[in-house]
Amino acid sequence: MGELKTLAGKAAVLEGLADHPAVKALAAWNQAAVEDGKFDRGELTLTIAREQIRAACEAVRKAGYNFLEDLTAVDWYPSSPRFQLSYQILSHSLKQYIRLRVMVDEADPAVNSITSVWPGADFYEREIFDLFGVRFEGHPNLRRIMLPDDWKGHPLRKDYPVEGYR
Amino acid sequence: MPDLAELPVIEAMKAEGTTERHMVLNMGPQHPSTHGVLRVVLEIDGEIVVRLVSEIGYLHTGIEKTCEAKFYQQVVPLTDRIDYLSPMANNLCYCLAVEKLLQLEIPPRAQWIRVLLTELTRLNSHLVWLGTHAMDVGALTLLLYTFREREDILRIFEDVAGQRMMTSYFRIGGLALEPPLGFFDRVDAFIRGFPEKIDEYSNLLTGNPIFMNRLKGVGVLSAADAIALGVTGANMRGSGVDFDVRRDIPYSSYEKFDFKVPVSTVGDCWARYEVRLEEMRQSVNIVRQALQGMPEGPIKADAPKIVLPDREKMKTEMEALIHHFKIVTEGFAVPAGEVYQAIESPRGQMGYYVVSDGTAKPWRVHMRNPSFASLQALETMCKGRMLSDVVAAIGSIDIVLGEIDR
Repeated sequence: MGELKTLAGKAAVLEGLADHPAVKALAAWNQAAVEDGKFDRGELTLTIAREQIRAACEAVRKAGYNFLEDLTAVDWYPSSPRFQLSYQILSHSLKQYIRLRVMVDEADPAVNSITSVWPGADFYEREIFDLFGVRFEGHPNLRRIMLPDDWKGHPLRKDYPVEGYR
Repeated sequence: MPDLAELPVIEAMKAEGTTERHMVLNMGPQHPSTHGVLRVVLEIDGEIVVRLVSEIGYLHTGIEKTCEAKFYQQVVPLTDRIDYLSPMANNLCYCLAVEKLLQLEIPPRAQWIRVLLTELTRLNSHLVWLGTHAMDVGALTLLLYTFREREDILRIFEDVAGQRMMTSYFRIGGLALEPPLGFFDRVDAFIRGFPEKIDEYSNLLTGNPIFMNRLKGVGVLSAADAIALGVTGANMRGSGVDFDVRRDIPYSSYEKFDFKVPVSTVGDCWARYEVRLEEMRQSVNIVRQALQGMPEGPIKADAPKIVLPDREKMKTEMEALIHHFKIVTEGFAVPAGEVYQAIESPRGQMGYYVVSDGTAKPWRVHMRNPSFASLQALETMCKGRMLSDVVAAIGSIDIVLGEIDR
């Protein structure tokens, strides 16, 4: 596999990968909204300010990252901010993935829906709402998707037991 | 079971002012053409579909949650159970993701055997799809033919992995075992006879007027819609988007294989049928190349703290015994980080997102399954079309509910 370079921190990524199409697009769009960056194991991760995710998705889409491949969450309980949303975005023309990341607090776990950018985010956002309890503002149909509508709790949260009775 | 008319979906439809002319029709979850446990709620005007809502989750088993409580190597058998028609593709994707986290180099022989087996998995999956899809639209005969060949593939899997369906043959760092004696000859015999079997299916279906009428112009999906809705694989290539992870972002030595990626620009069920049929021919091609150029050498990476030692070594060497004991009882720590690994599974782009916190158990494993996104396109395909076309459309997108619900 060979040695891959690793970059950590916003400044390092913005500088070290200045020619990367996604970095370039986001830097031109709103540099202040990029909170953190990481290039690790050949994968680029950019942390975006929570309020700006929809606009950031628009910006990378215009830069050629045309396909939302995956959207999911990670619960970092007990650390704060607790939830991390990961958007895996693919460019069919550049043949390359990027990952946008949003950190969400436990107190008000809500983020803007990106269904207006990629309608395909619909099921993914519903899945996160169902299993993590993160709300998506502006989602057309935010209902539970896997579990019954009257289910209590969000099973993929770390404080939800793996087995046994609740 | 609540009264159907009181379910939230139907309440919502009523609230939106569904006129009296329209009828709400429930299809599934126990319906033979839904390929599992899918419930589709349809709003119809006469026989025309006005709205379609897919209700999923009947097979939700919380596999992602279970993964978090297992050691990395214990997750491999769980990945089989996500998509019971393509276990090797799931095994491969998960192993590649963890190997990327570990920055582990896999010996060429293991990579080639992986390619060989995942292509056989693609044939296996496409055979089931072809048989059931044809059956859904009225061509009952074909299922008997495709299951005949599928049986051969399952025997090959049993030969190599000891299991027909839940293979768990790929391991983090390589393969479980060296394939048994005579295995490659067996695959060779199967692959040599297979192209004429594809011709046989094609003879039964391609000129068949009923089959053509049921598929042509039905379930049309444009390229723009396919991209917007996250549709991948043969469904996307049937709509004219020329992208295949095997060719464009190669993994597991696919760059060393020569194959074509079939694309059609029509976007209907027929296009998806043609693309998949051609994909089967290409898979045969890849398997043949894998057999011809199979490298010699080890089938496991040289990483004694991650890969279990040989049985013989474990019984004679102290060091190997210690490693064996440690891996089985404590697992192995994976450096902190997050990776996303995509592969081209039989159903489209499959991705595993694995997050490690530096311990021996994954902090988070998420599967991006192609069927989950493909199902979202069902409404676009069926809106304004006849009710009976819904069955053809569901069949043509090749979904497996196990991987949708996980």
